[in-house]
Amino acid sequence: MPPLREVLAPKEAIPRSVYLTASTVTVAGTLLLWCVLSYGGLVLTLFLPTPTQVLRAAVELASDGTLLTHSTASLAVILTGFLLASVLAVPLGILVGSFKIAEALVEPVVGFVRYLPVSAMIPLIILWVGIDFESRVTVIFIGTFFQQVILVADVSANVSKDLLEVSYTLGARPRHVLWRVLVPATLPGVMDTLRITMGWAWTYLVVAELVAANKGLGYLILNSQRGLFTDRIFVGILVIGLLGLATETLFKWGHRALLPWSPRV
Amino acid sequence: MDSAKLNLHRVTMRFTTRRGQQILAVEEVSFAVRDHEVAVLVGTSGCGKSTLLRMAAGLLRPTGGEITLDGRAVTGPGADRGMVFQTYTPFHWLTVQQNVEFGPRIKGVPPGERSAVARHFIGLVGLTGFERVYPKELSGGMQQRVAIARALANDPEILLMDEPFGALDAQTRVIMQELLLKVWEESHKTILFVTHDIDEAIFLGDRVYVMTARPGRIKKVMDVPLPRPRTLEVLTSEPFMALKREVLGLIREETLKAIAEGRPADGRPAPR
Repeated sequence: MPPLREVLAPKEAIPRSVYLTASTVTVAGTLLLWCVLSYGGLVLTLFLPTPTQVLRAAVELASDGTLLTHSTASLAVILTGFLLASVLAVPLGILVGSFKIAEALVEPVVGFVRYLPVSAMIPLIILWVGIDFESRVTVIFIGTFFQQVILVADVSANVSKDLLEVSYTLGARPRHVLWRVLVPATLPGVMDTLRITMGWAWTYLVVAELVAANKGLGYLILNSQRGLFTDRIFVGILVIGLLGLATETLFKWGHRALLPWSPRV
Repeated sequence: MDSAKLNLHRVTMRFTTRRGQQILAVEEVSFAVRDHEVAVLVGTSGCGKSTLLRMAAGLLRPTGGEITLDGRAVTGPGADRGMVFQTYTPFHWLTVQQNVEFGPRIKGVPPGERSAVARHFIGLVGLTGFERVYPKELSGGMQQRVAIARALANDPEILLMDEPFGALDAQTRVIMQELLLKVWEESHKTILFVTHDIDEAIFLGDRVYVMTARPGRIKKVMDVPLPRPRTLEVLTSEPFMALKREVLGLIREETLKAIAEGRPADGRPAPR
């Protein structure tokens, strides 16, 4: 164990063993606290179910297929909304970051709309889109699209001007510069943007499924609350967390596999 | 005497700042870079030497005067004027080989031919064996080698170099200067080189243009009679020292003038 003084020095590296121990302490501590509070009877299981109850509920929901049904329903909503948003936002963002005229046209609207809380727009979404699959997709879309445009625009605006100028001195025309320099140069940043906004999309899921859904993890959670099945609420929340973590890992893995040249991997 | 390749005639550059203040960066600069010559612009920071180079590249349009290459007016950037920047500019999504092939590829040179051209210049800058490597795995000096090979592979009429070794450490810088001399010996490419490093200017140049502090003008033109091929020993020879003493004196005068005018030598206004 190194002296405390070394561990507490700002921005200095610490031994791997110390790092791992500290991480383990946090995870184990959280679980231990949960166990003490629930098994010890300090909090009613109605409010905080025991790990055993949550595990049992998870097995129950998994074995009769409910969990899979809800998870696929949520995944379908998330993926559809996220893909639609990405397909439109990435090219638009690159244009906004590269062409002042695109910035002037798009920025005022996007810059405003992205501060509007999606939950506040749900009544409008119901009015305009209805209460089916499309409305849930719309919530995810609105929650991610505007953020993506801004983030991707920032990425493409930050592409070094020297890279563009050097291509002109190599004989490139503007269209070469766009397709062979600007677009590839933005890819690592675009990948990061997609990974981050995917995480946000998961956080919008419950909001989306507030809109009269009849399946989905958000629906599972809300429905369990009505029956006071707190253990099932826990299962729903944990599954969302795990699926979010899985997509995050998938993006990191994809970044490494698709862009081996990226300075960020 | 060799004929003029690049001609600058009374080139002037005036900027307007955001606050509407007029800045005269370059004033009526005229000189000619001869075919196969290495011309060096040397001056204090902010003297407009990089601005001149960027105007020659066609990346900036002069507000007065005329620039011609082989008698044709320069109106914009083009493949006939290759440029190497101070920042590292290899395309990081392309391998070394693909980077060097970038220009020929745009010109429509067939794959077999451009691959051979790229291999030749990769060899010339000493990067054989690194063809399939991505820039992120290269040191700063090696990235500049890629940039030089990439510019040369396009077979430009003139190579414009904007403090290309300025970001490198002192040891690597000398290695790169020797490399550039070697490249010149083999290609006899016309080069216009910008630096604030006096040793570098004399070591590389056939002719050194010493510039005044802002507004940038040519203060003195100096021929460098040192024989080629040059080696490191030149750096400690008496003729080299004599030239260096003179250039040092000239530059010092300009730096002091800039300071006396309340302007730090880097050309930015002093913080309040």
